[in-house]
Amino acid sequence: MKDPIATIRSGATALGLRRASDGNGGHLPSDGLLIVDTSQVADRVSAWEAVKIARDLKRPHAMDVIERVFGKFEELHGDRSFRDDPAVVAGIAHLDGKPVVVVAQQKGSSTEENIQRNFGMPHPEGYRKAIRMYRLAERFHLPLVTLIDTPGAYPGPEAEERGQAEAIAKSIETLTRLRTPVVAIVLGEGGSGGALALGVADVVLALENAIYSVISPEGCAAILWRSSTEAERAAKALKLAGPDLLKLGIVDGLVPEPRGGAQTDHDATGRNVKSAIVAQLDRLSRVTMSEILAARYERFRRIGVFVEPLTAPPAPRRQWWKRVLGR
Amino acid sequence: MPFGRRKELPSHLWTQCPDCGEMLFNKQLARNMNVCTKCEHHFKIGARERIEMLVDKGSFVEHDQLLTSGDPLGFTDSKPYPQRIEAARTKSGESDAVITGSARLGGVPVEIGVMDFEFIGGSMGSVVGEKLTRAAERALADHSPLLIVSASGGARMQEGTLALMQMAKIVAAVARLGEAGIPYVSILTDPTTGGVLASFGSLGDLVIAEPKALIGFSGARVTDQTIGERLPAGFQRAEFVRDHGFVDQVVPRAQLRERLAFFVGALRTTPGTEVRWSL
Repeated sequence: MKDPIATIRSGATALGLRRASDGNGGHLPSDGLLIVDTSQVADRVSAWEAVKIARDLKRPHAMDVIERVFGKFEELHGDRSFRDDPAVVAGIAHLDGKPVVVVAQQKGSSTEENIQRNFGMPHPEGYRKAIRMYRLAERFHLPLVTLIDTPGAYPGPEAEERGQAEAIAKSIETLTRLRTPVVAIVLGEGGSGGALALGVADVVLALENAIYSVISPEGCAAILWRSSTEAERAAKALKLAGPDLLKLGIVDGLVPEPRGGAQTDHDATGRNVKSAIVAQLDRLSRVTMSEILAARYERFRRIGVFVEPLTAPPAPRRQWWKRVLGR
Repeated sequence: MPFGRRKELPSHLWTQCPDCGEMLFNKQLARNMNVCTKCEHHFKIGARERIEMLVDKGSFVEHDQLLTSGDPLGFTDSKPYPQRIEAARTKSGESDAVITGSARLGGVPVEIGVMDFEFIGGSMGSVVGEKLTRAAERALADHSPLLIVSASGGARMQEGTLALMQMAKIVAAVARLGEAGIPYVSILTDPTTGGVLASFGSLGDLVIAEPKALIGFSGARVTDQTIGERLPAGFQRAEFVRDHGFVDQVVPRAQLRERLAFFVGALRTTPGTEVRWSL
């Protein structure tokens, strides 16, 4: 068989099967606060409740978190090409007095604010602003912190015209090779590719009640059950809530929320987020850049579940006359 | 009534062009690379057919053909996910929505991955992610160009966030090619949407599309519903996407092989040499 090395490396079982991710969840050492062990999280809320909590208007949004985590934050605007996207907030901040670059998706806490922020759905120029900030961080050796909270990238015609898909793809690509430590935190909603565009990091964390999904439960229900009222069922099936994300290895740890959820106490949530970021950046600061890049590659490389038989199934028997005639 | 006309034109002999309505003799259609002889509508084609059409005759060696999908989420919609996979395997004879392998194109060794829309809408799950990542890693190891022909509705919902993460996994592998100076050509065919376009589909050093292929981030239906706007003519078609600057060329199927051979020949790199151009 070809590629025997891969088979040995993965420790193939007697069954001759191998799985790329064994579903053991996070691989981070716990810093005492972060939840990294799936046995530590009970499924206290249903998937659908998690969806509702993650979308709660009173939940701390990016700016609420930024002002509680960072001592100083200077927002920077524009993608230098088209316009400034209000759904993406980015800038240079002080974390315990040291400069870092922050890129975040910003939802509103009221209808007016949400209209201004486009409900946290970035346009291509939002992702291009993000890419500009990643490069800034890399050039000046500043760690990068991204805060994810979006229903998804904006699906409108003008977004298509300006290359929504290309902007997301470039954002992902830039992060995979960015030569500076990156920590990503899902604050509320991690909506598909629009979230992943900010989510390729050395450490990916989520608030305890945050969700991360390939498609919104409503969208999934509309396609698979042909009814948007089946969203609750879809939410459960998609395994989009914190404990599942940890089990699947999508996130490396969950940041605990105060009792009753993050919306009840923004200050306590901010403190927890801060201590998680500080701990992770501190850990990453002791590792060389080439090790970080290799580990970042490997972190995403091993995600996926598939079955690979070690030997080919027996070829179908040829018809008897072909065997006799040796054809 | 639907019966009458169908009896006159048995479907195993004829196909009606969905674009111009012309009735096409199947054998003639096949001879014309599944392109309508009247209006040049490009029919969707399977991955095997595509590979045969693109690479040097007899040069294709398939890799990782034994990889099959698991059921990490225990997902059930109208039927359980493993049954859905099994049905797609039976129908298509393929193990998943992409075929990968090594081949030659105009004599140049290349790594190639071709997606098949027939297999659950060409959706990208762990198997597609792993096979394309391995293809990119082989391209890096052998210093040979990578070609990926996309035909996909996007990430496979039944694998949830694991499917979403395949975007990052494949892109990370493709990004390494860029750093090593190994060309990657992305070929977008009808349809390429969602997570495939929002990851490796858009990242080719060159991005080539087939005429009138549907190419977009969100399906036109989604856009129509979500935004409730009438869409401009030709919206999300290959020519529209090219005119907005996100596709290098729209190449008719009959010219695709020759065009790709030219690009792969022109962009070929020699490992370890910095100056590649002299008279």
